Amino acid sequence: MTPAALKDAAITALIALGLFAPIVGLRTDVGQTGELILRQRWGDVAILVGLAFAGRLALLGWRRYRGEPKPPSAARTEAIRRAGTFVAPVLLAFAVALPLIPGTGRYELDLGILVLTYVMLGWGLNIVVGLAGLLDLGYVAFYAVGAYSYALLATNFGLSFWICLPLAGILAAFWGILLGFPVLRLRGDYLAIVTLAFGEIIRIVLLNWVSLTNGPNGISGIPRPTFFGLSFSMSGEPDTFAGFFGIEPSPSHRVIFLYYLILGLALLTNWVSIRLRRQPLGRAWEALREDEIACRALGINITATKLTAFALGAMFAGFAGSFFATRQGFISPESFTFIESAIILAIVVLGGMGSQIGIAIAALVMIGGFEVFRDLDEWRMLVFGGAMVLIMVVRPRGLVGHRTPTVALGKRRSISAEHVAEGHG
Amino acid sequence: MAYALQQLINGVSLGMIYGLIAVGYTMVYGIIGMINFAHGDIFMIGAFVALISVVMFVSGGIMEGPAAILLVLLISMCITALYGWTVERVAYRPLRGSFRLAPLISAIGMSIVLQNYVQVAQGARVKPIDALLPGGVTIVEHSSFVVQFSYMQMLIITVTLGVLAVFTWLVTRTPLGRAMRACEQDRKMAALLGIDTDRTISLTFVIGAALAAVAGTMFLLRYGVIDFYIGFLAGVKAFTAAVLGGIGSLPGAVLGGLLIGLIETFWSAYFSVQYKDVAAFSILAITLIFMPTGLLGRAEVEKV
Amino acid sequence: MTAPILEAENLTMRFGGLVAVDTVTFAALRGGITAIIGPNGAGKTTLFNCITGFYRPSAGTLRLHPHGAPIELQRLPGHHIARAGVARTFQNIRLFPGMTVLENLLVAQHNTLMAATGFGIGALLGSPRYRRAEKAAVEKAKHWLEQTALIDRADDPAGALPYGQQRRVEIARAMCTDPALLCLDEPAAGLNPRESAELSGLLRRIQAGGCSILLIEHDMGVVMGISDRIVVLDHGRKIADSTPAEIRADPRVIAAYLGEGDDEA
Repeated sequence: MTPAALKDAAITALIALGLFAPIVGLRTDVGQTGELILRQRWGDVAILVGLAFAGRLALLGWRRYRGEPKPPSAARTEAIRRAGTFVAPVLLAFAVALPLIPGTGRYELDLGILVLTYVMLGWGLNIVVGLAGLLDLGYVAFYAVGAYSYALLATNFGLSFWICLPLAGILAAFWGILLGFPVLRLRGDYLAIVTLAFGEIIRIVLLNWVSLTNGPNGISGIPRPTFFGLSFSMSGEPDTFAGFFGIEPSPSHRVIFLYYLILGLALLTNWVSIRLRRQPLGRAWEALREDEIACRALGINITATKLTAFALGAMFAGFAGSFFATRQGFISPESFTFIESAIILAIVVLGGMGSQIGIAIAALVMIGGFEVFRDLDEWRMLVFGGAMVLIMVVRPRGLVGHRTPTVALGKRRSISAEHVAEGHG
Repeated sequence: MAYALQQLINGVSLGMIYGLIAVGYTMVYGIIGMINFAHGDIFMIGAFVALISVVMFVSGGIMEGPAAILLVLLISMCITALYGWTVERVAYRPLRGSFRLAPLISAIGMSIVLQNYVQVAQGARVKPIDALLPGGVTIVEHSSFVVQFSYMQMLIITVTLGVLAVFTWLVTRTPLGRAMRACEQDRKMAALLGIDTDRTISLTFVIGAALAAVAGTMFLLRYGVIDFYIGFLAGVKAFTAAVLGGIGSLPGAVLGGLLIGLIETFWSAYFSVQYKDVAAFSILAITLIFMPTGLLGRAEVEKV
Repeated sequence: MTAPILEAENLTMRFGGLVAVDTVTFAALRGGITAIIGPNGAGKTTLFNCITGFYRPSAGTLRLHPHGAPIELQRLPGHHIARAGVARTFQNIRLFPGMTVLENLLVAQHNTLMAATGFGIGALLGSPRYRRAEKAAVEKAKHWLEQTALIDRADDPAGALPYGQQRRVEIARAMCTDPALLCLDEPAAGLNPRESAELSGLLRRIQAGGCSILLIEHDMGVVMGISDRIVVLDHGRKIADSTPAEIRADPRVIAAYLGEGDDEA
């Protein structure tokens, strides 16, 4: 509690006063005559200023206590990696067993479906951002293409889920190539912004092209999924799921089916990513991220490599979009805003180093946390954004701080984050 | 013809607002190579602080007219500058020099924080106020259409030009401006030569925020209504302006702002209002793809 | 007199008003080591970039004679030139720092391995053809790691290696593409005398293996020691082109470059 620390904290408090006094202290509300009036809330300002003072003092104290931060040693990285190998199977077992755990109700299953959807989207975007190093801020566009393709195919042509799903994926992949082509030469931030622009353009077009997409009203009446032809209706007839298997019809059957469906799709995404990493294509993606010019000098076709990354990433987003459409029964452009792209990107970055398990944990924490804090209402997004900033400041490389090589002569040793490039697109 | 003239006036005054915000983007990108995603929301905060000041001083009848506007402007600039400084200190400085994605995510997070902070603190509804400076000059009287050059629009143009003039003087003729340009060129070298790079970068953010505050105040007074979401759209359009003019070039940012303002106004007037944002996004994409250095920017050659 | 491996004819590179390479004509010997030297700014790296496809020459032709029909390089995109048999290293080392040394060398064999995957899908399901191809690729990588004395570091991240070893990794990686012509941009830069001698030995072994070498270098010890032929550039123009002994005695070269009492072999 040195005088210097007190002075520092006092300045912090003063700044907090300047920040919070106008916006928090004087709230504009519509008065009785319809004009704006100011409501004074100095109590709230005092609390915030006090928090700032105390928080700054605590931070300074903690920093003094901790001393200089040391970089992690190779032994520590290896130990963490070994501990980490247990995490994946445990999480997988938990995910598979979730519907069977007693006490798991509709709410938990829905939450599980939500988390798994984001995990899948994270794994899909990981191919583009984590492996190939291409900054994509418009990933939600492919999610939307998948959802709308599925919806239009299903409602207009009456095709089954298992036909529409691959078609939607192919369409999304096609859009991935289409949108990837103009941006091949762009690097880093520019690539990010253009992909953001593309994402927004697609959303606005979906919103306004009413004849095709029904505009802001969206597409409803999307057929619900069937268990390979057996519907999930509650009638109990022989051609329904319950009737066929001779069990009591229950609304949770459909939800459980959806849960395993998204789990399967997500695991497919994961499996393809892991396999491709060990192949020349995946290695070329990672090499592209590390140094594009060197790749060119080794005879790798940069254009084809980048476009494959975009296409494959888009395809998985398309699959996820199809799932989303059939699960909700209704889609509208509101579900495909830029914030979604930002959240998925945040999940990938938070996961760290293109690590599959890292992304899964990040999605669980962020989406699960978001749900858990549901009671906070309007404060939720504020906390969410704040968490994004905090996590980035504390762990800029993400949760998983190392990369595992795909091939080795001897034992495979993890490479710590300080060597791995983050990619410029 | 008269219609077109009106759109021209509207477009120029809108473009000035975009230009002010665009300068902030281009300055920050020039000095630390980062796109400040939260800059549009700083503009929004500027508008809100102006709103609160207006309600406090004007609606209560304490002050009126140009003096009131000046006061509102000054308050907004000071408070918003403080926000700009804080955002840099909290979300960007700890991440400087490391990874490229981390500051981007941090900036997006900050943007979310600012938007929701204002929403929580001020309520989610739109905020309307009475026109502070009503009336204007009628330029052309046509039987079917009257061309109006409102006092507010005149004020926007003069204030913007004045602020930009001061700012240009600051950048080209003062030691601070030299320090900023040195940091832009080679930060390590500038530090070795004794320039306090941290302070210079902070000041860049502060100045950018102050300019955004001017834009926010002007926006509020011109349109009379704001909400917490104006930051995102204005931010993207202003960023498009900065890119169009050549990122890193200050006159380019102003030029880009004018162009975007004009294009948006004319597009809405002659084509469709719904797709006017698509126009902005498309210009952004097309410029970055085909002309990444913009109109006035310098080309960067990567050494092999 | 064997046919040259690479022929440059009136090669010119213009950047706006600046002529970086001015009608340069030379030939690189097949199976030999050709060095390009000259003062800083003479246009050596620009010339390299034209040969290896990073710049498109403003005028002139570049003909590669790998085996069979000659290939014109000046219009080929960068990665095709590499596939035609021209490999290069860079002045500022460009490894894949987050990947192991072994992975770096496997990336170099990308095209061969891709061909064995059956459009990338066959291998996804674990086809034996791909597994064999990958085994062969690892063997080739091991061969070059042994040649460059890096076999112990195969599983280390390339970014963690000391400078001299990183240079050798770059050369090993280039050799994994089975080039007909290896272009080295200042391979001896930053190496101490012992490392330079090892480099000379390595280059001679590569030459003995049948690969032609073209190198830019400032270290006269290395250049004079191993080159069969030296081309001298100054201000974008070729001012001399002959054997090391003749170059050493050439007054024009001495005037342009060696004049100030610099180190000599």
